[in-house]
Amino acid sequence: MIEARALTKIFHHRRRGQIRAVDDVHFRCEPGRIFGLLGVNGAGKTTCLRLLATILGPTAGTATVNGFDIVTAPEKVRASIGFLSTATALYGRLTAFEVVEYFGRLHGLADSALHPRIDALFQALAMNEFRDRRCDKLSTGMKQKTSIARTLVHDPPVMIFDEPTLGLDVLAARTVLGFIRECGQRGKTVIFSTHVMSEVEKLCDSIAIIHGGRILAEGALAQLRERTGLESLEDIFIKVVEEHA
Amino acid sequence: MNLRPVAIVYRKELRDLLRDWRTIMSMIVVPVVIVPMIILGVLKVVNLTMKEESKVMLLGGEGSPESVAALRRLNKFDLVPASADFTNLISTKKIRAAVEIPNDFDAAVEGERKTTIRIYTYEGEPKSMQAAGQLEEFFQHRREELVRRRLQERRLPETLLAPFEVKRSNVASPKQVTGVVIGMILPYLMIVMCLAGAIYPAVDLTAGEKERGTLETLLSSPVARTHLVLGKVLVVLTGSLATAALSLSANGLGLLVIHFGKFAKLPLALDPLALAGVCVVMIPLAIFLSSVAIAVGLFARSAKEANTYLQPMLLLAIIPALLASLPGIDFNYRLAFIPVLNMSLLCKELLTGACHWGHVLAVFGSMTVYAALAVAAAVALFKRESVLFRT
Repeated sequence: MIEARALTKIFHHRRRGQIRAVDDVHFRCEPGRIFGLLGVNGAGKTTCLRLLATILGPTAGTATVNGFDIVTAPEKVRASIGFLSTATALYGRLTAFEVVEYFGRLHGLADSALHPRIDALFQALAMNEFRDRRCDKLSTGMKQKTSIARTLVHDPPVMIFDEPTLGLDVLAARTVLGFIRECGQRGKTVIFSTHVMSEVEKLCDSIAIIHGGRILAEGALAQLRERTGLESLEDIFIKVVEEHA
Repeated sequence: MNLRPVAIVYRKELRDLLRDWRTIMSMIVVPVVIVPMIILGVLKVVNLTMKEESKVMLLGGEGSPESVAALRRLNKFDLVPASADFTNLISTKKIRAAVEIPNDFDAAVEGERKTTIRIYTYEGEPKSMQAAGQLEEFFQHRREELVRRRLQERRLPETLLAPFEVKRSNVASPKQVTGVVIGMILPYLMIVMCLAGAIYPAVDLTAGEKERGTLETLLSSPVARTHLVLGKVLVVLTGSLATAALSLSANGLGLLVIHFGKFAKLPLALDPLALAGVCVVMIPLAIFLSSVAIAVGLFARSAKEANTYLQPMLLLAIIPALLASLPGIDFNYRLAFIPVLNMSLLCKELLTGACHWGHVLAVFGSMTVYAALAVAAAVALFKRESVLFRT
């Protein structure tokens, strides 16, 4: 489970002054459910997810991930999550196998447990064909599968996806979305950020609309429709953002 | 401290780095092939220059065939016929020098009249100075022979003109003599190679990771940031020490080839214990340089920016290393606290066998503190969001 409580991140910019990238954010993601964070570019989605992944530290407030506090136990939080974003690239000079093996070891897995786990993942994701190929020689789809295997190698209970389909072709994007859905079905807690409305409509059990670092509306799609009286998510999004402008 | 994550990071980073041809170039090809080739090439050119017959113009001397013939027999000069524009020819380096022998030179000498040989040179131009030196040596030798012959003819002792002699006696051992020569070059070479071997890996593992987008992947792992930095510092240190060791071996081998291949006679009586001492005292310096390179690389936004910062750092390290090789700069306890300079001076002392334990402790201690501070700075920077996500 993920629970954010008054989560705030302020950046200090030399010319622009204080920037409240995440501003007093509260939400809760339950296991087995997919929580979508919907917002335009610069809304604060990436910063919010980086805070949950403890890549950044909060200025105020906190969050718990799988029962661990992001401020007091960041290493335990990272051990509980699989983090996938467009910014999490692969080591080009290592093979797909070596990358996954490396992250398995960083998560403390012993080789006796790690290698059967990698074999199973490579089988499930149909990766054996390019197992020993260097990552810089892989296609975008192959790279994305390798990244997925990397995030799953330690079988984390919480998955964090930051715009995971950005820049992918239709086929690669479909693989990623299928994988996210599967994570939810397996009982993992999933938080997923995007600015693509159709992805949220298809996947998410619960949606939070984020704008200017603040969560403006939250609930299941049906609840948002009921609250706004609108059908399409795009219209709902625009109405919510305009109401708070 | 659990060192397993450090070992995991170290093994991965080293493997990753060794698969990059640029690492192979900077760590192996440059110190093992390029640098020795440059040194051998320079020595070869110097050797050829020393052996080259200097082109010298002979002015006058028509009435003094004996002296001219003796000059020709020397086979050190390519004597060219006289020309009125000889000063211009010397200035434009077409000839190295000109020697003017008065027409009545031989007669004047035989008649015991004072006469003058004039040598025209390009002051400061090395080859011209070399030719002038050889000419002066030739005429001085002839003058001494003449004086000796005259003294013998008049049954006078040679001590009449040279009542006493001044002789130098070397009291230093061959190892010390070698130590002085090697002590001027070796610390400089080792420091430059330590830093050259650290720069590329440091840039690749820090700014390079930022650029390739793998840093965020790494930061999402549960390994503590201190462990991540220590793993990276150890890889850079490996690169630094490997480059220095390979360079030392390659240059040592090159010197042996020069010595035993009869290219030049070199003093090779080096104390192996002193050499081992130099290698040991280089370790804290290599840790210091590796950590500074990592810290600078972390601060940079891109590999290009990191290189821009690290090239002046190479200069900053070279200057104290060069200062230490200057004559007259000897070890003292104030200089023991200046990084790089202190190691260079200590290496000089070690190689000449004039080292005191107090000096070793002062330098080793101060460099260990500097190395620890540099590692701490690298760790602190790696924990700063404003540095890791600097845009």
